[in-house]
Amino acid sequence: MIRIDSVTKRYPDGTVAVDRLSLDIPDRAITVFVGPSGCGKTTTLRMINRMIEPSEGTILIDGKDILKEPVNTLRRSMGYVIQNAGLFQHRTIIDNIATVPRLLGWDKARARDRARELMGRVGLDPALAKRYPYQLSGGQQQRVGVARALAADPPVLLMDEPFSAVDPIVRKGLQDELLRIQDELGKTIVFVTHDIDEAVKIGTKVAVMRTGGRLAQFAPPAELLTDPADAFVEDFLGADRGIRRLSFFPAAGLPLLTTPVVAVDATAEQIAARATPDVPYLLVTGLDGRPLGWGEPHTLTAGRIDPARLIGHGRPFEHATESLRAALDCAVLSPTGWAVAVGADGRVTGVVSQQTVAEAIRSAHAAAPADEKAAR
Amino acid sequence: MNVLHFIQQFFSDSAHWHGYDGIPTRLREHVQYSLIALGIAAAIGLPVGLVTGHTGRGGNSLALIATAARALPSFGLLVLMFVLLGLGHLPVMIPLVVLAVPPILVTTYEAMRSVDPSPVDAARGMGMAESRILFHVELPVALPLILSGLRSAAIQIVSTATIAAYVSLGGLGRYIVDGLYQRNYEKVVGGASLVAVLALVTLGFFWAVARLTVSPGVRRGH
Ligand SMILES: Nc1ncnc2c1ncn2[C@@H]1O[C@H](COP(=O)(O)OP(=O)(O)O)[C@@H](O)[C@H]1O
Ligand SMILES: [Mg+2]
Repeated sequence: MIRIDSVTKRYPDGTVAVDRLSLDIPDRAITVFVGPSGCGKTTTLRMINRMIEPSEGTILIDGKDILKEPVNTLRRSMGYVIQNAGLFQHRTIIDNIATVPRLLGWDKARARDRARELMGRVGLDPALAKRYPYQLSGGQQQRVGVARALAADPPVLLMDEPFSAVDPIVRKGLQDELLRIQDELGKTIVFVTHDIDEAVKIGTKVAVMRTGGRLAQFAPPAELLTDPADAFVEDFLGADRGIRRLSFFPAAGLPLLTTPVVAVDATAEQIAARATPDVPYLLVTGLDGRPLGWGEPHTLTAGRIDPARLIGHGRPFEHATESLRAALDCAVLSPTGWAVAVGADGRVTGVVSQQTVAEAIRSAHAAAPADEKAAR
Repeated sequence: MNVLHFIQQFFSDSAHWHGYDGIPTRLREHVQYSLIALGIAAAIGLPVGLVTGHTGRGGNSLALIATAARALPSFGLLVLMFVLLGLGHLPVMIPLVVLAVPPILVTTYEAMRSVDPSPVDAARGMGMAESRILFHVELPVALPLILSGLRSAAIQIVSTATIAAYVSLGGLGRYIVDGLYQRNYEKVVGGASLVAVLALVTLGFFWAVARLTVSPGVRRGH
């Protein structure tokens, strides 16, 4: 655990960048510092690896004051990833990644083997090993930056706006990749961003900071969205926090209807049996079980339903893994007002109406405060 | 009589190819003075430029010294040194070194300052020692510019080393000084063209050094 204990940073020009900050950064989790530009996030992060020395207060790692350790030993035990990746342009990708193992005295062959392994882990094509940084895209460079930080398998990873300079699609890919890597490696990650969506998406816990370097709230993202500490946090979270909060409720609890579903080769009897007064439409699936579209029962030709004449089904949601937010989104966007649920294989597992999703949201909200108390 | 004719005359005269006043001897002397002067200038300019560039401190005083040094006329300095120190190598070396230090020093400083700060930040953050950052992170990227500073210094030295002849030393300047004295223009032009060729060889040498030492990852950016 990294304990930040009433730390203040005053720059020589008098700027108070961080003001009596105290918080405990849990092990093997992603702790995100988020806040408007200039609120002291970078200063806080850089005090953890002593790139900046605090003016007051202490930082302890597993109870040990970080000032007690030689500074380069401390830094080599922490991966460090920065916004523009900061790759060494004169070194090949593989040698960039092998930097810290080489610093630690590994021989070249072993360091390169390790670097090659990490390229795979961060989703880089091994063919890029002998390239130079200028030959890579921004997103690829950032992956190299992450691989380089992980190379010596440090327990801690410090990341300062690592994905801020890439476009939104690449950023989403990098975020997903980071979450996947974290599932495998379980590092203690301290992550700085000014993007609250990013914070909510990747943070196990989120520290919201306000200008002047003070902590506004430190909580898991779901709690932040449910229960912002004050008007500043609420404002910073943005207008649609209610919808975003639904990301934290699984869709798995939604009751699915399986009756109004027929295969494309359904007989007249099957169509008649499946049509019910509560559901004005039937969902037609292909012979592979994947959704084709909706049709009113009387328009469906028994034995050979024409997929071209069906109403689009919109994006289906994965019942077992996605959230109520995804289910609601599918229901809202569906022309019929019904969302289609599928399994991991893409086969239809049932359908659910907007009303049912809304009821599930109400009961999730009613249950949530109790859950959160239990979790604490 | 044109210049080409002088050149042809000079190089075809077999007397110019032997003995203590032959082309091989004068060339060797010239190269020797130049190398010594460049070596001394680099030994002063490189470390100071690297360290001030790395730390970012002392840039202003450095620029001031360099400008002052550039304002000194080499020939005037030579005469002064000759008056103070008499004949010998030292009065020649001092003006040459004074001439060569500013381009090396200033270019090295600028080269180090122009290195992208984020790899340096990353290197420091991953626990690299400052000396290693200097030599393994900044220097390889600054190298093309540093070499260009050394190259201009070398070319200036090669062309200015002719002044050695004024204080009774050898080198290619001998042909120019003696030729002028003897009104032997063949010799003057021959000496001057040898200096020009040597300058071109110097250019080629630095080009080759850059090809061999600058990483392909850096070369592209310049
Ligand atoms: N070296 C410095 N000297 C003086 N003030 C600084 C220095 N570095 C940062 N600051 C100031 O400290 C505050 C916090 O900066 P920083 O930690 O970089 O914020 P953030 O990363 O949240 O954008 C800002 O007001 C910034 O201008
Ligand atoms: Mg910052």
